[in-house]
Amino acid sequence: MIGALNPRGRVLLLVLMAALIAAPFVADRYLMSVLILIFYFAYVGQAWNLMMGFAGQLSLGHALYVGLGGYVSALLWLKFGIGPWLGMFAAIAVAATFGAVIGWLGFRFGIEGVYFALLTIAFAEFTRIGFDHIDYAGAAGGLFLRVEEAGEWWNLRGGTLLFYYLALALAAGALLLTAWLARTRLGYQWLAVREDEEAARALGINVFRAKMMAILISSAMTAIGGVFTAFYNNNLFPSRVFDINRSIEIILAPVVGGLGTVFGPVVGAFILTPLGEALSALTGHLGINTPGVKAAFYGLALMMIIVLKPSGIWPWLARTLRLTEQQR
Amino acid sequence: MSLLAVDQASKHFRGLTAVDRVSFNVREGDIFAVIGPNGAGKTTLFNLIAGVLAPDRGSISFAGERIDRLSPDAICRRGIGRTFQLVRPFPALTVEDNALVGALLRRPKVEAARAHAHEVLRRLDLYDRRQQLASALTLPDRKRLEVARALATDPKLLLLDEVMAGLRPAETDRMVAILRALNRDSGITILLIEHVMRAVMALAARVLVLHHGAAIAEGTPDQVVRDRAVIDSYLGAEAL
Repeated sequence: MIGALNPRGRVLLLVLMAALIAAPFVADRYLMSVLILIFYFAYVGQAWNLMMGFAGQLSLGHALYVGLGGYVSALLWLKFGIGPWLGMFAAIAVAATFGAVIGWLGFRFGIEGVYFALLTIAFAEFTRIGFDHIDYAGAAGGLFLRVEEAGEWWNLRGGTLLFYYLALALAAGALLLTAWLARTRLGYQWLAVREDEEAARALGINVFRAKMMAILISSAMTAIGGVFTAFYNNNLFPSRVFDINRSIEIILAPVVGGLGTVFGPVVGAFILTPLGEALSALTGHLGINTPGVKAAFYGLALMMIIVLKPSGIWPWLARTLRLTEQQR
Repeated sequence: MSLLAVDQASKHFRGLTAVDRVSFNVREGDIFAVIGPNGAGKTTLFNLIAGVLAPDRGSISFAGERIDRLSPDAICRRGIGRTFQLVRPFPALTVEDNALVGALLRRPKVEAARAHAHEVLRRLDLYDRRQQLASALTLPDRKRLEVARALATDPKLLLLDEVMAGLRPAETDRMVAILRALNRDSGITILLIEHVMRAVMALAARVLVLHHGAAIAEGTPDQVVRDRAVIDSYLGAEAL
């Protein structure tokens, strides 16, 4: 358990935020694209962290909500001309419905821990296979959105700058939401459920309801991440968006940064994404074309974290740099 | 007026009758103790009242309402707070946040709940340790935290499952003093399941003795320790 930011931590956060807002004036396109990825992983990592880090429910299928969010918003845009700002609500509704079904099955029937995680994987996989066969959504051949450099920003058609600020706003918004939720009754109920369900129940907490709230909020947030990726990448393939590797990528930043902490996912994303990018560049440069190099690297990174800093980088960083209120 | 009424409650596990047609009433404001040897069915009876188990037969009523089919969280919301025999504080949370979780039950605003949690922690001599992680506490402190957390939910009835077990005599006396002060100041009704006769004699107004799942005696502590059946089955002659 680590406390809130102290004045020193707050100043640092504001400086960092100002630097990120100013970054497009100096950064080149490549750096901006890396920053966008960082913000994206900080955002979806935050969504996953609410469920696992706070409420203690392990999902290994969050790619499901990304994919659903992406497909729903892209289809609405391509088939009906409904823009993503409106389509986002449909995306949230669909993803949250899937979340509700998974949560209901798992939490109602006492499927816990790894078994619950298997349930989340199963749903992501079934949905992937389903989308492989839905011709309306392009089946295995995928969906494509027309690439436009300068376009209608209100329809999320535009260049890197637009997506940069959008991703930054998403990451910052998720951070604020998490910080707020962590200080509400629901946030404390999640912690109690995570720590000991039976004891939580004995204190009058409706455990089923608390867990359902976690998966609903998490899936809804993740769906917005899906809308973002669809309109940013301009393409969607079932085999890519619903893949288990996407789900694993989502959980890495919060795990490395610090589960159940407000800043963990952000710190994790800032560490892992540049490292992954550097590794891709390096292997590309050396002409090594072995698939799985990145996965092996992430595996190694995870193992190092588990051995060296099992509660994550952020709690250690906050202590070392004295960024939070002291708690014994 | 009786706050808790257990009427002919029975619970069987396979062939074993853990609780056998037990009836008793706990009056509002009383401290009521349930004693008995190991395996007498005390914890099963406790779990029936707390909603962890449902009785096979009989009924349990609280403040005039049947509660024997309610879930543990619903029972807590009705006004029954409980502790666990093997303490289970939330280990990664601070002492304060442990109590806060309980206090939030009737106070949706975190700041109001925190103020209430502080008040409860003061009563239980834990205020100075409020910033420590629960996992860092000693057993006597954890036992008191367990009581604090249950108390923070503002129960009308506090169910204590062997809160004295494993405590040294000095710690037992401290707990007895705290519980007696609580009962005196707030009028809270306490039902305790206890092995430690020293605490039972000091606290309880009435005692129920269980043996092989059945109630074999009920009365004041002085009556009960002189009861022939109780001496034979549980206390042994040296208790006199």
